[in-house]
Amino acid sequence: MAKVVIPAGLSQQFTGGKSEFEINAKTVRAVIRCLDKDFPGIGKAIEIDMAVAVDGEIYHDPLLESVAPDSEVYFLPRIGGG
Amino acid sequence: MKNETQEFKWVGKRPIRPDGVDKVTGRAKFGADMHLPGMLIGRVLRSPHAHARIRSIDTTKAASLPGVKAVVTGSDFPPPPPPVWQAAGEVPVNFRDLARNVMARDKALYDGHAVAAVAATSAAIAEEAIDLIEVDYEVLPHVIDVKAAMKPDAPLLHDDLFTDGVSPKPDKPSNIAKRMEFAVGDIEAGFSKADVVIEREFTTKPVHQGYIEPHACVVDSSEDGRLFIHCSSQGQFMVRQFCARVLDVEISKVTVVPAEIGGGFGGKTTVYLEPTAGLLSRITGRPVKMVMSRTEVFRASGPTSGGATKIKIGATKDGTITAAQATLAYQAGAFPGSPIGPGCMCAFAPYNIQNVNVVGHDVVVNRPKVAAYRAPGAPISEFGVECVIDEIAEKLSIDPIALREKNAARQGTKAYYGPTFGPIGFVETLEAAKQHPHYSAPLGENQGRGVASGFWFNIGGDSSASVHINEDGTATVIEGNPDIGGSRASLAQMAAEVLGIDYDKIRITVADTSSVGYNFLTGGSRVTFASGKAVIEAANGAISELCARAAKLWEIDADAVEWVDGEARPAGDNAGDFEPMPLSTIAGASGKTGGPISGHASLNVKGAGPGFGTHICDVEVDQETGRVSVIRYTAVQDVGRAIHPGYVEGQLQGGVAQGVGWALNEEYIYDKDGRLDNPGFLDYRVPVASDLPMIDTVLVEVPNPNHPYGVRGVGEVPIIPPMAAVANAISDALGVRLKDLPMSPPKVLASLSNGGSRTPS
Repeated sequence: MAKVVIPAGLSQQFTGGKSEFEINAKTVRAVIRCLDKDFPGIGKAIEIDMAVAVDGEIYHDPLLESVAPDSEVYFLPRIGGG
Repeated sequence: MKNETQEFKWVGKRPIRPDGVDKVTGRAKFGADMHLPGMLIGRVLRSPHAHARIRSIDTTKAASLPGVKAVVTGSDFPPPPPPVWQAAGEVPVNFRDLARNVMARDKALYDGHAVAAVAATSAAIAEEAIDLIEVDYEVLPHVIDVKAAMKPDAPLLHDDLFTDGVSPKPDKPSNIAKRMEFAVGDIEAGFSKADVVIEREFTTKPVHQGYIEPHACVVDSSEDGRLFIHCSSQGQFMVRQFCARVLDVEISKVTVVPAEIGGGFGGKTTVYLEPTAGLLSRITGRPVKMVMSRTEVFRASGPTSGGATKIKIGATKDGTITAAQATLAYQAGAFPGSPIGPGCMCAFAPYNIQNVNVVGHDVVVNRPKVAAYRAPGAPISEFGVECVIDEIAEKLSIDPIALREKNAARQGTKAYYGPTFGPIGFVETLEAAKQHPHYSAPLGENQGRGVASGFWFNIGGDSSASVHINEDGTATVIEGNPDIGGSRASLAQMAAEVLGIDYDKIRITVADTSSVGYNFLTGGSRVTFASGKAVIEAANGAISELCARAAKLWEIDADAVEWVDGEARPAGDNAGDFEPMPLSTIAGASGKTGGPISGHASLNVKGAGPGFGTHICDVEVDQETGRVSVIRYTAVQDVGRAIHPGYVEGQLQGGVAQGVGWALNEEYIYDKDGRLDNPGFLDYRVPVASDLPMIDTVLVEVPNPNHPYGVRGVGEVPIIPPMAAVANAISDALGVRLKDLPMSPPKVLASLSNGGSRTPS
């Protein structure tokens, strides 16, 4: 199962402080759905505000990216620039 | 300096920019250069109060002034969109707040907030009309300082703003819009292993991007509801989307033509005048031109945040950093949305630290809503970190570059905010800085040397481009990003390299929103990387078609043709014995072989390569006046590969110049009522040429594997290290550690008279 990590801000808001999860999913979309099923509302928050790093690669508009059983999936604030 | 590469014909060279002649002859059309028949002039009435409830606005006298064609207030705009954050490109946008920033509704939230606007037949009449608008304000207490705004009894800007990111959800509104936290390891255990722990507090002032060209637009609304917008911005598609939302029109009815841009640095990644000009044009049925004065730019357009930070770092005697902690508070301006996220993520990113805790706060204050500014958020947090790193090096008697090398992030380092770094060149920048003659050059009396490093993510994003092969063998590249830093040149260089034709055979057009596929804005140092990939893919598409046409002419299979040095060649002996066919021959015959030849690409480009830099700064301090002069400066940066080294060097030099201004001079000065006292370049002091030495640059090239030529974004990183590099140099010169920006002469003198020392308590 993939290791999924959400920022502390999200965990305090939605998951009672838990920030690491083991999730069986093949895509980022499935990861988000799984989180939202257990913690309603977190999916929308992720969709609006979050980029994702899957195995070190950052995706700014995440949805269909593949997730492997041994993947590390980190959600992080979206990044802009000047 | 590593510059000219021999392996490519155009990549790595320094050709003249395609827009150069127009810009040096005055032919280039900037935002204010557009004139349309029947055009009206718009002006904005701005709040003189930092915080006030708008009881009423009487526009009767203004509207009756001869020559005035329309007067609008907030009530004339469509109702603001719902108050929700929406993904809108690089960062989320709350369109309700955007609409209320464009034109105040029930409250004015900062000195300069737009409260009404007029369109008239001349600027003089418009300005006279502005003076005739009567606004009844109920002046409210205001707050500007970020720490003051966080106090429970601070004047509240928004009754419906509750701190996000905390549990349980607050039941009282607050100026703290959001709290966020990043943590790895065990922070207390990390500090317990340290032999030296240093904790310091820092403040930085909000600073303006300082672009030379003020915001300007001409908007023409048609009778069937279409909007034609000509404006200076960092993204015509951004302007289209934002105006469509604020004015509640379909995106397809809005066409935005990008003007040349006289600087942006992030400050033109949003809209201010365009929706108002659109509304005035809709009402009058005539084009409306609006141009900000410099005073308006300062009073009403986004600077970057001011910040208050607390940095704590622990290290063992051998220089290994065992723990790092930061608490950050950033001013967001009147509406939530400071760059606190990247500030948190960048703070310690250059280093491989096992125990990290960073807490950030996004705080609204009675100032203009902040906008992006080079590496948004990073300079504020990294300033304090790089100062404390320097102090630890001093305390442990370790060379500051060596300390950084010992703890540097490398390929495979897992950043505390999540990703694992791929190939990066931080260590290479440190090594290059250490070997540079500047680092070992002797210093004179009252002189000091400082070092600092910086990190920025860089981004990719949506990009579209087309490459059209013209019948004479030249090519036209259509792209959709305003050219701020020489991207026409870099994109043309890559297109020339791929097509195998000369650079001067390619013409680049920055197209309007109806003439090219969607492009995310010019920001985040993404254009040469992301739009470059789109151009390369479009050029490759054109090459595929060129090969197919040659195959038709040769009557062989298309896959038996290859493209080499700008001409089609049989792919092997079995393909047949044909003389190479140049691009111009294939293009000239295109009508006979299937029609025009072109290639197109629309991509969401991923794989941006992070950027790292290390700077060396020498200063001389006048102990009588407190004036700090930067006497030598060297910026070293991993740029992946410099497509046009000259323009990359320019990015580094420009970032340093802005960073030195942030370090030494720039600040907004408010009176007791929250009114800006220095809204002009005379009193808001940006560095000019005579303030700076020639800034030396060293381009380290560790290619980004996710780009065909190894490109990394280069424009963000160079503004990050200067503040700490200058502060560390002052410390080296005087033994005084300054922690509050700007380090202006009065502060330098005060710290000297207070007997500052190298190891403050």
